[in-house]
Amino acid sequence: MKFSLRDLNVWFGSVHALTDVTMDIPANEILGVIGPANSGKSTFLRTLNRLNELKPNFRMTGDVRLSGADINKTDVDLLRKKVGMVFALPLPLPLSVFDNVAYGPKMHGVRTKKRQKEIVERALKEAYLWDEVKDRLDTPASKLSGGQQQRLCMARTLAVEPEVILFDEPCSGLDPISTAKIEDTMLRLKANYTLVLVTNNVHQASRVADKTAFFLSGRLIELDDTDKIFTAPSDKRTEDYIGGRFG
Amino acid sequence: MAEHLQREIREMKKAILEIGAVVEESLHKAVKALQERDEKLAKSVIDNDVEIDHMEVDMEEECLKVLALHQPVASDLRLIVSILKINNDLERIGDLAVNIAERAAFLATQNAIDIPLDFPLMAEKTKAMLRKSLDALVNGDSRLAYEVCAADDEVDAINRQMYLQVQDAIRRHPDRVESLIHLLSVSRHMERIADHATNIAEDVIYMTEGEIVRHRTEDYPSQSRRV
Repeated sequence: MKFSLRDLNVWFGSVHALTDVTMDIPANEILGVIGPANSGKSTFLRTLNRLNELKPNFRMTGDVRLSGADINKTDVDLLRKKVGMVFALPLPLPLSVFDNVAYGPKMHGVRTKKRQKEIVERALKEAYLWDEVKDRLDTPASKLSGGQQQRLCMARTLAVEPEVILFDEPCSGLDPISTAKIEDTMLRLKANYTLVLVTNNVHQASRVADKTAFFLSGRLIELDDTDKIFTAPSDKRTEDYIGGRFG
Repeated sequence: MAEHLQREIREMKKAILEIGAVVEESLHKAVKALQERDEKLAKSVIDNDVEIDHMEVDMEEECLKVLALHQPVASDLRLIVSILKINNDLERIGDLAVNIAERAAFLATQNAIDIPLDFPLMAEKTKAMLRKSLDALVNGDSRLAYEVCAADDEVDAINRQMYLQVQDAIRRHPDRVESLIHLLSVSRHMERIADHATNIAEDVIYMTEGEIVRHRTEDYPSQSRRV
């Protein structure tokens, strides 16, 4: 298992955001995470690379392990290098395409231009963006389309060689073609990485996820193979949510 | 969106039941034409089949439209896929009713044969299976659907018995071979109708329970391999 969570509880002040979450996330799979607003799915995602700690009044109990190691006993910078994140809106740095991707490796001590070039090319190829930008690596990243910017953000994450990539609504502002490219990229990436995808688009989870987890009111209601969740879920609440009857 | 889909689903349920009612009526008339040697009634069954064909096409188009526009999941998806398949089974039952009517129309022109073939019993059992499978569909009743699956055995047994009786009759009345073969065909058509009713019941079980029970005869122990 890449991640193992046992009895995870998260609070923000008096708000109990996650309750008794126990689950495993297998390596080299895509886990889809679905649920209505305030169901705890983003809190769950941000637990995995300790981003919740940036919020005031955060408190957690339980055990979260990455490849067997307790994440709370892992250096947070190292953890976030291993567990990268792609956010809802593509947020390229105000730099060139090349420098956006090289930024992370530079921060982690990659100094030679040659090595940086190798990393940038590999990461852009892995994000299936290389062919579209290889002739304009010096162009400001802001000149790319929305879908290209999002794949650039994926390349930026891939450049530091993570083990896990967290996606928080990565296609929320994208057209269907750009969405399809992101989804294709995710499907190819799972050969080498473990992916966790939080999405409000349940059909996106059905298209790409191997397993799907349904959260409601901070609880994990159901976690199963995606085809089972979308054809014959065990819990009526899952059925009602994916069928659009609430949420 | 969800309410819109539920409205479409209610309409589809109504439409599949209408097809079921027309097919049931067609089967009923075909059997009646056979029993009463009524050539005119048999021809009316043949003529009315075009109505069932049109209904089947309309139903399929409706299912495809809902699948494309609403992308249903879970029980809604299972229901629509089941309706799509049941629609096909009902159309085939309609065709088999026509086949029976064609035999009835021919037999009505021939002298009656005095052999104890129990068509009324077979027809009753077959019609009951079809009716029960449609009731199971309407009510989402898997218990009733399992009863239909089990009843298929009885119709299969009658069909085998008919085969032996016709074989014997051919030996005794070699001059009536043509009529006897037509009677054997009727038995075979009824047995196929029972198979389609079983398919409908199996789809209802999938619809309600999410489990595909086709080809799993251990789920309804009294059923043996179909003939």
